[in-house]
Amino acid sequence: MLIINCPLCGPRDHAEFTYVGDATKNRPENSDNSNDNAWYDFVYLRDNPKGLHQELWQHSFGCRCFVKVLRNTLTHEIIATGMPKDNLILKEKGLELSV
Amino acid sequence: MAKYSIFNIIKNAFNEDKNWARAWRDPEPKKSYDVIIIGAGGHGLASAFYLAKNHGIRNIAVLEKGYLGGGNTGRNTTIVRSNYMLDENAHFYEKSLQLWEQLSSELNYNVMFSQRGVLNLAHTDSQIDAITRRGNTMRLNGIDAELLDEKQIRKLMPYLDFSNDVRFPIKGGLLQRRGGTARHDAVAWGLARAADSLGVDIIQNCEVIGFEETGNKITIVKTSRGNFNCGKVGFAVAGNTGHLASLINLKLPIESHVLQAFVSEPLKPMIDHVVTFGAGHFYISQSDKGGLVFGGDIDMYNSYAQKGNLPLIEEVVTAGLAMIPSLSRLRITRHWGGVMDMSMDGSPIIGKSPIDNLYLNCGWCYGGFKATPGSGWVFAHTIANDEPHSLNKGLNLERFKKGRMVDERGAGPFPNRH
Repeated sequence: MLIINCPLCGPRDHAEFTYVGDATKNRPENSDNSNDNAWYDFVYLRDNPKGLHQELWQHSFGCRCFVKVLRNTLTHEIIATGMPKDNLILKEKGLELSV
Repeated sequence: MAKYSIFNIIKNAFNEDKNWARAWRDPEPKKSYDVIIIGAGGHGLASAFYLAKNHGIRNIAVLEKGYLGGGNTGRNTTIVRSNYMLDENAHFYEKSLQLWEQLSSELNYNVMFSQRGVLNLAHTDSQIDAITRRGNTMRLNGIDAELLDEKQIRKLMPYLDFSNDVRFPIKGGLLQRRGGTARHDAVAWGLARAADSLGVDIIQNCEVIGFEETGNKITIVKTSRGNFNCGKVGFAVAGNTGHLASLINLKLPIESHVLQAFVSEPLKPMIDHVVTFGAGHFYISQSDKGGLVFGGDIDMYNSYAQKGNLPLIEEVVTAGLAMIPSLSRLRITRHWGGVMDMSMDGSPIIGKSPIDNLYLNCGWCYGGFKATPGSGWVFAHTIANDEPHSLNKGLNLERFKKGRMVDERGAGPFPNRH
């Protein structure tokens, strides 16, 4: 069981959460054709790192907030959690974004 | 390579089986290869085998970071079927199934392919409509499919829960009689032996750690056992595709997720087919050793760990018990996790890449095992001719950019929902 420390509710089982996915993708500004590559990147392309991954989980059976989680995809270790706007990598200084 | 035959078995029995030659070599790597396939699982070995056999390319290396067949080839639930609906998938998987039907004799190695039939259960009227449509589509594509009603299923599979007060009563099912199972390790071993006998070098304990590029071409593959010059490179590394692609700054529409599978203690013959639950995600068959082999959903979050988590086990077992209540006191003896390359539309990516001499074979989601020979067949064609076979034309990488999804479930660009 992963224990996710929800910033609002405290540590909870991951079974209370719904996985949303990669938290580093930003929705492009415009939806006209000039931005096709940005949309392709946003909708489909993923870094899919082996190691540290910033991801969003929704606390569906709790406060229903979106929680940002910094987790190691190789060990499932959760390094930090925060609100979606938080930059967890910067927060946890000294951590490299690789295995 | 000594041919396996009944005469050889008898002959070797006289020497207490001491004189069998090893099935494949353990060669010292050469400096340079025409084609380097990364990943010695079923897909990589099948690709090398068909490259050598169908296309006459013999200077091939298959690099494997661990031991051959030690990844997802050794971690699946061994199910083979071709009950797909969309054209891009249907014809490809049907070709693969046809290759399965002759694989043992083609490899001179018994892959124990058993066409015991794959049945998908339906529990509601709308599911009956859906499987009827699927079955009709399959038949129009020349693939066998049979719609069974409750009575027919009861006769075939009396152990399913047919009681009247269940939450998900069995209304019918779609049976593909030509589907079934194969012995997964034997597939890897048979392909390795056959490829090796055609001169393919299978290099184990050889992890790829980087690439050197000149222009838009990979010229050198760097590994833990030295650097190799290469003509063409093929990725066949399933769940590790994302990691390998990151070594050449290639982003793909793929996420890696962990899928768990289970084997129970051995039983006398009970389940004669492959059966899948329609109301939850659950599939089960019985191995020749008697263990029930089953699995369900992925764990839903990105993972490169070959281990899963307990809530998912509970979910899988709950679905299993809803379908077959008599499993309730059965003990699970083994369970494991494999890393799936979940693509954004649930269908594989097999074809060219943005790099001139790099070819991709990935995005298999849960379904890679059944595709093994077909994947090798079309991947070899794609590498040898530098263009896709008609069977994998629609399964290219560009489809994501162009919006031509091959989304069998209609689940949208969410890898964990396929």
